[in-house]
Amino acid sequence: MSKNDKQRDDSRPSVELSELTLLSQDSDIAGSPRTRDQTARVQTEAKSQGKLIRERFFRHKGALAGITLLVLVFVLAFSSIGFAGIPGWWDKEYDVLADRFNEGRPTLTLWPFSLGEHPFGQDVLGRDYFALTMRGTQTSLIIAFIVGLVAMVIGTTVGAIAGYFRGWTEAFLMRITDVVITIPTLVIAAAVAGIVAKAGIVPFALFLGVVTWTGLARLVRGEFLSLREKEFVESAKSVGASSTRIIFRHILPNTVGVIIVSTTLAISGAILLETALSYLGLGVSAPDTSLGKAINDNRSALTVRPWLFLWPGAFIIGIALAVNFIGDGLRDAFDPKQTRVKQ
Amino acid sequence: MFYFIAKRTVISFFIMLAATTLMYFLTISSGDPFEDLGETSGPEKAATIAARTAAMNLDVAPIPRYFLWLQDVGHCLVPGGISCTLGQDRTGAAVLPQLENAMGSTLRLVVVATVLALVLGVVVGIVTAIRQYSTFDYSITFVSFLLFSLPLFWLSTLLKQYLAIDLNTWLDNPQFSYLTIALIGVVAGVIWAVVVGGDRRRRLVVFAVAAVATALGLYLLLVTGWFVTPGFGVIGMLVSAAGIAVLWTALLAGFRRRRVLNAALAAAGVSFAGYLVSIQLLNDPNWLVLVALVVVLAIICYVVAGLIGGPFRAQAARIGVVIAVSMSLLIVVDRLLQAYPTLSAKAGGRPIPTTGSQSANLEGTFWEINLDYALHLILPTIALTLISFATYTRYTRASQLDVMNQDYIRTARAKGLSERTVLVKHAFRNAMIPITTLMAFDFAGVLGGAVITEQVFGWNGMGKLFVDGINAVDPGPVMAFFLVVGTAAVLFNMLADIAYAFLDPRITLS
Repeated sequence: MSKNDKQRDDSRPSVELSELTLLSQDSDIAGSPRTRDQTARVQTEAKSQGKLIRERFFRHKGALAGITLLVLVFVLAFSSIGFAGIPGWWDKEYDVLADRFNEGRPTLTLWPFSLGEHPFGQDVLGRDYFALTMRGTQTSLIIAFIVGLVAMVIGTTVGAIAGYFRGWTEAFLMRITDVVITIPTLVIAAAVAGIVAKAGIVPFALFLGVVTWTGLARLVRGEFLSLREKEFVESAKSVGASSTRIIFRHILPNTVGVIIVSTTLAISGAILLETALSYLGLGVSAPDTSLGKAINDNRSALTVRPWLFLWPGAFIIGIALAVNFIGDGLRDAFDPKQTRVKQ
Repeated sequence: MFYFIAKRTVISFFIMLAATTLMYFLTISSGDPFEDLGETSGPEKAATIAARTAAMNLDVAPIPRYFLWLQDVGHCLVPGGISCTLGQDRTGAAVLPQLENAMGSTLRLVVVATVLALVLGVVVGIVTAIRQYSTFDYSITFVSFLLFSLPLFWLSTLLKQYLAIDLNTWLDNPQFSYLTIALIGVVAGVIWAVVVGGDRRRRLVVFAVAAVATALGLYLLLVTGWFVTPGFGVIGMLVSAAGIAVLWTALLAGFRRRRVLNAALAAAGVSFAGYLVSIQLLNDPNWLVLVALVVVLAIICYVVAGLIGGPFRAQAARIGVVIAVSMSLLIVVDRLLQAYPTLSAKAGGRPIPTTGSQSANLEGTFWEINLDYALHLILPTIALTLISFATYTRYTRASQLDVMNQDYIRTARAKGLSERTVLVKHAFRNAMIPITTLMAFDFAGVLGGAVITEQVFGWNGMGKLFVDGINAVDPGPVMAFFLVVGTAAVLFNMLADIAYAFLDPRITLS
């Protein structure tokens, strides 16, 4: 007995000690396991990466304003004169000549708001300039988005392959990129425009995309170069994942930020590029029209009919500005380190 | 280092070769070289076709034709002996003389626009970074986004149609009403108050001082007829000299070292004396004389400032040189402005031209001819500068903010360095490293932009060579344009890489 007691006595303190330590650990983290769970549930709700990005994006006032403006322009351009045979709410056509009403001055009044007969006026031939501007906006938007999409696909593919496989593949692809980047965008686009501009706006946009992917390819390659050395890629390799799987499942999702942001900037660049080419007489050709072409057609009328110059210009600036602000918001959302807006 | 340059040169050569191939085939397949003859008929048509075929080697298949063009370029790389023409355009004229004529005006435009955009962009970028999240920062952010989104041709046309005409009319009779003067003063006051920042009291003081000073200065300029006969005059130069000395000392050294300030003032005095001496010398100089005088002045200021600087010899001497160069620049501007009245009279009272890169058949002194260039440059330069300015501001701001958050900046502050030393010596220098790369990219972009500006302002520069060549499907001028632009792009990229390695010792060239 005594021996047993003694043994117990010996063991006792150590048990107490361990219980005490457990208790103190509990109290250190404020309360019992149950309350701990509850507080955790109340204070932090689980947020996915996507939700965090969305929240950061919608906190960015400029980006919100940009997206509102862009949606408004989209809706206005496509609903007013209709698209692809579907009629819109505006009753005049952009290619119908008419008598000039009040020298073709704009009839738009803001207070009291009324559109009047020709809100943006009429051009020299008496065409309704509102319909013409809307048509030009449609064309410019379509071109810009196709260019952005094509540039994104080619740039990402080239950059991903070069950055992942390294070696000769990389050397070959990057030298091609260097060759294309040596030629200023406007210059190569002007040469390309001569070949395809007469074939219609979609082939024109596709080819513009084919010459503007270089910047994105370099960025994506840089991302791939650093990501392919990370441990998670190493572990994917060690369990026998194929290259395709590693590229698409493991690396590409980590470069989405860079890709989206530079695609946005490519779109705003494409708007300006298309208008500049059309202004040089190398872009969209009749019977199609675009914002740049509308300005170019009316450049001699600037002193007498400034509205022919100002309206398409305002739409170009509006679209480019909206897209740039969206791009800035996306950059902040994807890469909070570079934030420009106070959080 | 040498190995790196050699390797890069070889690679650049092959990249240029591939790029010319791409460009050549794009150009010749961009249309029909006889399209403009579609309407005509008769013997002239056949003759033109024959002449054009001979000049453009159209009877040769495209690939050998490219090698014929390459051979023409090769002639220019071999020194001496073989004639260098860069091929012929479609009328049979050699391209090289046309390129030489066109290059001067375009390079003038591009260099001036790049330098202006760089200086303004960097200064504004640094200020926005220091005043992060201030009203000034937000306004500049918005303005630069707006500038990013402006179509260059649209801006240029607006400048040409409105700014130029109004400015010319105003310069004809430069008067403001008192209300306008007051308004300009208020605007200037607001800008300064926002830039300087601080608490409300400080802002109010800055606003009041800046507004009154601007309005008063403007009033004096108008009353003394400065806009009719501009120039700084002897008094103006003296005040400017003192101002420049104080400004550079404040920026580069601070006022704690009295001897450096004295050295700077002495250098300004020497420069002012140089100005007085050179009044007669500079009536009709040439570039060589001008550069020689600047070098002489810089050397004298270096020595004088160094002697006075005493223990801070190196710093004082450097500031001396900076002051000498700034003063030289001021003297040149002063002389150019003095040439204004005669030139304005020659231009028939409309001094700001809207077309062309220089007045035809202008006879005059060195100053008149260069002022004529400068006045022609004003509008296209504003357009090009505004757009590059946006890029430089954004990048400088980002780069400066990035540097300011580094540990070594905190260390510099913690060891008690003045804010000026931290900003100028530790932050600014490192923030400028990424800008070198940006410059290389931007220069090529500005050259592309020059194509549009030249079109709007009717310049006979390289841009016109290119646009006309593309429209006529004439590879000769197009390729000549591309040779210059592409070489500039490749060269600037290489220089940027080398500069990068010099500025950032962590990067090694291999």
